[in-house]
Amino acid sequence: MTALSTEHPDQPSTLGSTHFNHRERIVMTRQTLITMLLAGLLSTPAAGQVTFERLLNADQEPQNWLTYSGGYSSNRHTTLDQIHPGNLDQLELAWIFQANSLEAFQATPLVVDGIMYLTEPVNNVVALDAKRGNVFWKYEHTPSAEARPCCGAVNRGLAILDQTLFLATIDGHLIAIDAVAGKPLWKTTVADPAAGYALTLAPLVIKDKVIVGVAGGEYGIRGYIDAYDANTGEQAWRFYTIPGPGDPGHETWENDAWMTGGASAWLTGSYDPDLDLTYWGIGNPGPDLNPAQRPGDNLYSDSVVALDPDTGELEWHFQFTPNDPYDYDSVQIPVLMDVPDNRGGTLRLMLWANRNGFFYVLDRETGRFLNGDNFVPVNWASGLDDNGRPVQTPQPPGATTFPGIQGGTNWYSPSYSPQTGLFYVSAWEAYGSVFEPQDQEYQVGRTFMGGRPANPFGAGANVPGLRRGHVNTWTEAAGGGAVIAIDPRTSQQRWRLPMSDVTSSGILTSASNLLFTGNREGYFHILDAETGNILWRKALGGMIANGPMSYMVDDKQYIAVAAGHSMFVFALPH
Amino acid sequence: MPKHTQFARITHTGPVISVLLTGGIALLILIGNPSRAVGQDHVGQYEQADIEFGVRLYGANCLRCHAETGDAVAGVDLRSGAYNRASSDRELMELLRTGIPGTAMPPNNFSDSELTGLVSYLRTMRDIDLSAVALGDNTRGSVLFTGKGACATCHRVNGLGPRTAPDLSDIGSIRTAATLQRSLLDPTGSMLPINRPVSATLSDGTVINGRRLNEDTYTIQVIDQDERLRSLDKSELRELSALTESPMPPATELLDTEEIADLLAYLLTLKGLE
Repeated sequence: MTALSTEHPDQPSTLGSTHFNHRERIVMTRQTLITMLLAGLLSTPAAGQVTFERLLNADQEPQNWLTYSGGYSSNRHTTLDQIHPGNLDQLELAWIFQANSLEAFQATPLVVDGIMYLTEPVNNVVALDAKRGNVFWKYEHTPSAEARPCCGAVNRGLAILDQTLFLATIDGHLIAIDAVAGKPLWKTTVADPAAGYALTLAPLVIKDKVIVGVAGGEYGIRGYIDAYDANTGEQAWRFYTIPGPGDPGHETWENDAWMTGGASAWLTGSYDPDLDLTYWGIGNPGPDLNPAQRPGDNLYSDSVVALDPDTGELEWHFQFTPNDPYDYDSVQIPVLMDVPDNRGGTLRLMLWANRNGFFYVLDRETGRFLNGDNFVPVNWASGLDDNGRPVQTPQPPGATTFPGIQGGTNWYSPSYSPQTGLFYVSAWEAYGSVFEPQDQEYQVGRTFMGGRPANPFGAGANVPGLRRGHVNTWTEAAGGGAVIAIDPRTSQQRWRLPMSDVTSSGILTSASNLLFTGNREGYFHILDAETGNILWRKALGGMIANGPMSYMVDDKQYIAVAAGHSMFVFALPH
Repeated sequence: MPKHTQFARITHTGPVISVLLTGGIALLILIGNPSRAVGQDHVGQYEQADIEFGVRLYGANCLRCHAETGDAVAGVDLRSGAYNRASSDRELMELLRTGIPGTAMPPNNFSDSELTGLVSYLRTMRDIDLSAVALGDNTRGSVLFTGKGACATCHRVNGLGPRTAPDLSDIGSIRTAATLQRSLLDPTGSMLPINRPVSATLSDGTVINGRRLNEDTYTIQVIDQDERLRSLDKSELRELSALTESPMPPATELLDTEEIADLLAYLLTLKGLE
């Protein structure tokens, strides 16, 4: 079995350092080849061979980044500490990958034994030398013109199992790609793009299955999470995020609203191997802004669901925003962490900063609400009751609701550092929308918003949206961004770093107590994870909308972050 | 009233056209000068009901990316009336239907009537606003701009005048009549936050007064009182403040209602470099 190699001409290989005459060289080459083949067949895993065992123990190999969120607990924390507060002044650019695309760069790359696998917007895949940025191969998928993702032609990354990469496309396909050859192995249809379905997430591999969820909550879809056999692409199970007639939870919908009720699942879930449960955040109900068209709690929209990864059966659910009128998708990354309980056991927790502006701590064994509080100003609810259900306080017509339609946070990956015991989230603060619901008839493939989010400041002024240019045209009048550190024991803020503009960047923390993040202003900055003090920054010149990640090759730690239309990789000098 | 007069077609002759919108809001456009016709060809070509339908559709389908102002996507200003990939209404409808594959612009199964509504709004979004606007004589307005109105003491037009206040050379292309009227009547209330005057005190005590051009977490870019472009590192400032009150007085302090209508008509002729 072969693998891509990251050896370089200036680093002689073992074979190259031995002298043979021409004939011997041929013989040795043959022998070596046979030996390599045998070794590849008999030994597992070979380099670049990512078994499920390796995925389970991703924290044991911090030099690699094997899943979208860096491991099944999704804490985006690296134990690499070569880069630390004492040497940040030496941090320098190692290489840049420039995408042949002007779409937003939201992907987090995978790194496996010196090879980086990256999605170039929208659905191309490149394999790169993680040390130098040279491209080994590029796989190009041109999405169907029927694809209509609501909010940008984006992709957030890949999954890997053994030597196969898995790519989910905006035109509703799941494609398996040979990680060495860069050629597709199978391609299966997950969803119909003409009906508004899209796949924008990085898949999640559990055991021998590839799990994906669908986007399309703005198109009146009926959402689902699917699992496919990693070897064949055959569907293993489907979990509908809106229960059908006869299923528990169906009673939370009236009439036929469930058929077009949205509830997408467009960010990657997490997995607890001990409980053998996979956790997925579910998106907004549809039509987004008009709850009068869908009376009831609208399960499992705006919820987290705990599923059996073998069957897709629901173990438990927790709903953050019942009968949501504000498009508060609850697709955020479930961050898993354990703490000792008072009886010598372990509390298995799930930390969740929700788009609705509240931070939650849940017991991930049962879904029980433990504590929570708002992390940004909110006025749609006065608080959470003992069960974590919001006490809703709808604003009068024409009044501004906080947070606005993009939420207090969104797809931006949070981080949890076992080192500091703090949870970190990118937030939009003091940002609001005036929600104007309107009755809307569902039509296949059409946006199904049920109203519009109006600008609180009237015509002529902008508020933060999905995009921005080089000039910040909204400024402090429309809210700002922040990195917020929350103590999960109390749900209270430990510190916050306010920023002029809102932020779409994910967060990475390290064992050296560094926090890596960016913002829409194009800054990539490094903070002290204990205090929030800014230790280092670099203007990269384009919006940062992905999560920084870290890896190591040849004993050198790298930090990768995409900004604008390029991926920048930083490291210490030799 | 014939349908085609629901919105005022800008002509070379008509002094006054009064229209009643279906929403019950009166729109009064007083027409005074042939030059106003430039770039106004679309107003009057579209039914008011279609435009209002388009406003709704725009809010539900387009606003997330393009924003209310139509200029949130880099390189695309929906209010400019010029589109990179479509010139005729038919082409624009086709683009709305198919989207732009491989980009964030998705296809959409709009019906013919919806396409008509959207195009009606897109073609007129620069020119219409659902509030009362009175336009006067732009020639008189031009005189007021440099004279009694004292606008030219701070604003620059086509390379002439100071740069301390925003350059107005193309203001008639990038603002609606109603937005401009609000700016004249209530400068503070309608001042865009980015345009706020700032005062920065350097570590040596030097005070820089200027107008904000851009700002981020660590820096601020201004045009100072000496018309120099300055980029300041916030960490090196002793003090930084942005004023929420506009230095521009309300037009009513200097001009009467008719003169304000004249000035507004003049501002709408400012289309930038053609």
